[in-house]
Amino acid sequence: MTVSSSLLPIVPVPSASARLWRALEHGFDALAGTSGNPLKHLGALGFWLLWLLVGSGAVLYAVLDTSASGAYPSINMLSREPRQWGSLLRGLHRYSADAMVLVVLAHVVREWMLGRFRSFRAPSWLTGVPLLPLMFACAIGGFWLNWDRLGQFSATATAEWLDALPGLASPLSRNFLGGTQLNDRLFSLFVFVHLGVPLLLVFGLWFHVQRISRPAVFPPRALAIGSVLALLVLAAVVPVRSQGPADLGTVPAGLAYDWLLLFIHPLTAATSAALVWGLLGATLALLLALPWLGFRRRTAVPEGRPQEAQVRSPATSHTAWRPIALAQPVAEVDPAHCSGCRRCVEDCPYAAITMVPHPNGRMGMELAQVRSDLCASCGICVGSCPSSTPFRSAQVLHTGIDMPQWPIDALRQQMLTGLAALPGPERYVVFGCAQGAQLDALAAQGVLVLPLVCTGLLPPSFVEYALRAGANGVLIATCREGGCAFRLGERWTRERLLGQREPRLRAGVPRQAWSLVAADAGDEAALAAALTALRARAAEPFVPLESFA
Amino acid sequence: MNRVFVLAGQALLYGGFALLIGVFSHWPAYAPLAADEALIKLSFVHHGKRIAECRPYTAAELAKLAPNMRAPLKCERERAPVTVELDIDGATAYRYTAAPSGLSRDGASTVYKRLEVRSGTHRITVRLRDTTATSGFNYQHEATVDLKPAQVLVIDFDPERGGIVLL
Repeated sequence: MTVSSSLLPIVPVPSASARLWRALEHGFDALAGTSGNPLKHLGALGFWLLWLLVGSGAVLYAVLDTSASGAYPSINMLSREPRQWGSLLRGLHRYSADAMVLVVLAHVVREWMLGRFRSFRAPSWLTGVPLLPLMFACAIGGFWLNWDRLGQFSATATAEWLDALPGLASPLSRNFLGGTQLNDRLFSLFVFVHLGVPLLLVFGLWFHVQRISRPAVFPPRALAIGSVLALLVLAAVVPVRSQGPADLGTVPAGLAYDWLLLFIHPLTAATSAALVWGLLGATLALLLALPWLGFRRRTAVPEGRPQEAQVRSPATSHTAWRPIALAQPVAEVDPAHCSGCRRCVEDCPYAAITMVPHPNGRMGMELAQVRSDLCASCGICVGSCPSSTPFRSAQVLHTGIDMPQWPIDALRQQMLTGLAALPGPERYVVFGCAQGAQLDALAAQGVLVLPLVCTGLLPPSFVEYALRAGANGVLIATCREGGCAFRLGERWTRERLLGQREPRLRAGVPRQAWSLVAADAGDEAALAAALTALRARAAEPFVPLESFA
Repeated sequence: MNRVFVLAGQALLYGGFALLIGVFSHWPAYAPLAADEALIKLSFVHHGKRIAECRPYTAAELAKLAPNMRAPLKCERERAPVTVELDIDGATAYRYTAAPSGLSRDGASTVYKRLEVRSGTHRITVRLRDTTATSGFNYQHEATVDLKPAQVLVIDFDPERGGIVLL
């Protein structure tokens, strides 16, 4: 059986693009394992490649002669270093840039396909879009510093492209006329572009991750090591070589071309500078407008959920333009039950909770405060709150922080009522992520299915409570590792249940009486198998609730 | 055994990714110019003549000016546009009139134009007018050039070197 519709979480129906991306991720899961799946760590991989670029670039800068005449010989000599270290370093630098572009573009596609650019995610999306042109500007500027034939072509083509913009007193391209030598002052500008723009990029990245807690700026160790090894092997097999010193008196011919980083020059040559500027502007404008497109502010109260009408604060005139003003319930703090323990602050994936002095005025006592525009309505804070334990004897279970649309007391009531209604003799409870595998198929005789918007909402003590209330076993079905719609829900659930994170599931709860399974949509067979396995090993009912009390 | 499969899968992924980067960071080769072509860059930054000659202020005009602003000559700021024509082998390849820059149209006129031509010998004629005249040119340069493949010929304007120069 399932709970009444009034408690079912509001879960967006996955779009076709989201299903397609998940299918791709599942394919990579099968190939490389869930924890080693690069598609689930694209943002962290992007950071990692940036760190590789910074590290290798610092060494390259140390050997670079920053004059127009000295740059080429200094880098060329490094590539010819007999022990190959210079060549490896140069290859690592170049190929990290190529890899970063691919990884970051894949990151953008992933977030777009999963629909993660609206509502509370809009600030991250909007601060990420300007980083794309910055990334390409960094990469293209790097070719100029070498000042070989490829660098000469890129610098000239970039100048001609920039000259298409109005307002320049003198064409930049005149700096690259034939019959002249590039002057050192202009070369200093190249150095500034390749050092200054990355600094801007890092600054922009800092903004980009401000709205999330625990941003992943390093991928899992296996991915980090694997990616570095792959790039080093590539640098050894296909070394990056200079393509002859720049000569402004001739046009370079037959360049070994980096299409990943420099595609814009041939595109401009094949069309026009104005068209490419238009394409760039239109693409950026579209990406920036996405949080507002195809989104209708929800005003109607869903059928059977009158409680949402009370918690939804309408967008005011000065916030109506904001994509983050999505009307969705916000976690509420109860000062009478908040002990100021900070666990919700630690666990909130979107840094939506801060601590403020408690209104009771007691020295040093704090109270959690929720920023409504950042709250994802995931309920992970409820699962982290020690006051959410169902063992509290109060008739109505009040907790320190609660979701008004799915109060923790209602979950306890639903569970108790549902368990009592199961015919027996065996009774099982399934707490499942409503965005993971379909739970409906489990709702057979003797199984109480309680879908949650995120399993992070579930206080671990509910597992023991269910067992003491008569359940023979409890199955907790999260989504797959790295697939949580709220970033950290799956991880926190797993760590809490395994006793690695507060609030912990009590060690005395028999391990054979509960089971944790990671199952995305499409993994219904694995979910059913997990329930069958639990049924096979589940012990007799735990110490009943009455005797515990 | 499962770990072996996972490691093999990861190796496949990393290998595929490295292959993708290795291929498209070098291939296919790109030639900005066809093999038998040369490039002519016509470019200059040049101030046109003022649209009116300087003249002495009248007494009435001087009286309207603040004492510290009184100068012997009144000069209009606006400059004439610069018109340039380029003939290659007797045919007009490019003609352009560059307006002076600046809100008061008192800045330099600028031109930057790339022309891809077949390599070999060409007769080049460049004409430039920087006055308010509506016809005729006050600078002209003719030359026969032998352009090698991929060579860049620059046509510039340098008053100190007599006007139009080929580099």
